[in-house]
Amino acid sequence: MAIRFDHKPGLVIYLTAGDPTLDATRAVAVAAIDAGADVIELGVPFSDPLADGPVIQRAMERAVARGVSLRDVVKLAREIRAARPAAGIVIFSYFNPILHYGLHEFVDAAAAAGADGVLVTDLIVEEAGEYLIEMARVGLAPIFLAAPTSPDERLEAIATHCKGFIYAISRVGITGTQQTMTSDAASLVARIRRWSTLPVAVGFGISNSEHVAQVAEFADAAVVGSAIVGLIEGSTPEAAPGAVARFIEGLRLPQAALAR
Amino acid sequence: MASIIVPAVPSESRAGRFGVYGGRYVPETLMAALVELEREYDLAKADAAFQAELADLLKNYAGRPTALYYCKRLSEQLGGAKIYLKREDLLHTGAHKINNALGQGLLARRMGKKRIIAETGAGQHGVATATVCALLGLECVVYMGDVDMERQELNVLRMRLLGAEVRGVSSGSKTLKDAISEAMRDWVTNVRTTYYLLGSALGAHPYPTMVRDFHRCISLEMKEQILEREGRLPTAVIACVGGGSNAIGAWHAFIADRQVRLIGVEAGGRGTALGEHAARFRGGSPGVLQGTFSYVLQDENGQIALTHSVSAGLDYASVGPEHAMLHDLGRAEYVVQDDAAALDAVVRLARTEGILPALESAHAVAEALRLAPTMEARDILVVNLSGRGDKDMGILARELNLQGA
Ligand SMILES: Cc1ncc(COP(=O)(O)O)c(C=O)c1O
Repeated sequence: MAIRFDHKPGLVIYLTAGDPTLDATRAVAVAAIDAGADVIELGVPFSDPLADGPVIQRAMERAVARGVSLRDVVKLAREIRAARPAAGIVIFSYFNPILHYGLHEFVDAAAAAGADGVLVTDLIVEEAGEYLIEMARVGLAPIFLAAPTSPDERLEAIATHCKGFIYAISRVGITGTQQTMTSDAASLVARIRRWSTLPVAVGFGISNSEHVAQVAEFADAAVVGSAIVGLIEGSTPEAAPGAVARFIEGLRLPQAALAR
Repeated sequence: MASIIVPAVPSESRAGRFGVYGGRYVPETLMAALVELEREYDLAKADAAFQAELADLLKNYAGRPTALYYCKRLSEQLGGAKIYLKREDLLHTGAHKINNALGQGLLARRMGKKRIIAETGAGQHGVATATVCALLGLECVVYMGDVDMERQELNVLRMRLLGAEVRGVSSGSKTLKDAISEAMRDWVTNVRTTYYLLGSALGAHPYPTMVRDFHRCISLEMKEQILEREGRLPTAVIACVGGGSNAIGAWHAFIADRQVRLIGVEAGGRGTALGEHAARFRGGSPGVLQGTFSYVLQDENGQIALTHSVSAGLDYASVGPEHAMLHDLGRAEYVVQDDAAALDAVVRLARTEGILPALESAHAVAEALRLAPTMEARDILVVNLSGRGDKDMGILARELNLQGA
């Protein structure tokens, strides 16, 4: 268990936990790992996901309505860890559910469940003092977002505090699919490399094999979120694992995009 | 009473803390913009030309200073403390919100931003922002929950007439909270060209400080006016608390005057169960929502609770971080008045003094109606009448059956 990108390019797959059900998310995560995902990000449903676009908003709204909580997501991480000991598992959350759980209690539970890292969407490095101490205490990797708008001094601070990998946001904006990659991503990754030797994963708006191939030219991994969450939204719970597995296999085949 | 679960307190950061509250809890993409905003605001604050232009607009465009009016008939009827009203309702656009919209509008222009976005609940901040954008020739987009668009329709029409685009928000509770989330999504996406003109003393640093500073004129005037009229400071200053901008503006110059009670009135809605009110200090606990650490109404999983109030401007699950600090210090007292009390207060003030308050402000009036008879004739209550009630005529017509008999 560790965050490692054994495949080239690496793939990080984001899932909104509990959408449509916790059982379905577990089955999809296992299928995604078997199809070649290096890291699974388990998104914690939150009532007010202000950094997310419509697809993930809808998924979260459904999961919140079903009462899915951070506690459930920690349990889910434990189950996925048991099923696939070698995969990377990151809990991806807004800060309030973690604060409400208790920072101390949460990192203990997440580490005991076998998670590798945690990413908090609305926690910047300046506000992360106590969080970093708690994460270090239990050996969890804190993963921070780096944005195209982050100046070099912020990238340096982000690089200093990240473990596991650095998550580079491909463009300014919220999560969701996009047609083309902007030049923001490549220049951001180049700037990050000045401060860190950690792997860099690029996310936000990556939805097909062409995007993945483009990202592979300058980064270590691509993060695919809304495209997967949207695929699950359009599938039955029974069909979702197979559909996601086929989609992930296609992401590493550039010609698949053309043949479609 | 719900027990207060104190979470692990987020670490002290350098900027924008009110005790442990406040800070910056935002996606990284916004950080550069917040740092730039803080720097530009500090420069503008120290710039005499900026301050002079703002002072001129507040005086000749918005109508400052606002009157401090003694409610003779009401005070005599209640038989106790003297009640004064600080008449923010007389300002251009009908509420205190214009103070902040002018300040931030000038700041946005100074920063070279041509596109302004805002959220609004009651529509008063949206109207104030649309007004300032018309005045300064700036593009304006206002996010407003679908529920609020329906119940404050008059303000939707005003914003459109002023040239603003009003975008309905259909997620979550379809009220102020969801409008703020949608405005933040727009800002994250268009951060390089867009200025987010936030309408209350909420959100990430520097907003709570900046918005408070732009409303501080309320308490500065109030203090001078009451000293001139009564030769002494008031017993208490009462204000309604939505996000907390009119209250912090009405209090700030009195915080060091320990003998002046500061009374904030939250919306009691239609019940005490979670979801039926917006009383953050009664039913909430510390948490992070929309950029700041403060009291938040939330459930056992840390999901933000739904809220209810007859007044759209008080219908919000969190509260400005400076209020959280004043609450914990015991410097300010926070009480609750419900929908029915606010509606009664509208009628009472209208029929006793000929003044129609906004439903938000009516919560503060309701507290004065309760408190005055328990006090002595030498006691002075100043109510910050944050806005006028024209926008609420649809709700009032229905609730008070004005079209009937
Ligand atoms: C007239 C009036 N008063 C009060 C408020 C509540 O906001 P705040 O607490 O920021 O003053 C509003 C908000 O829309 C308002 O329109």
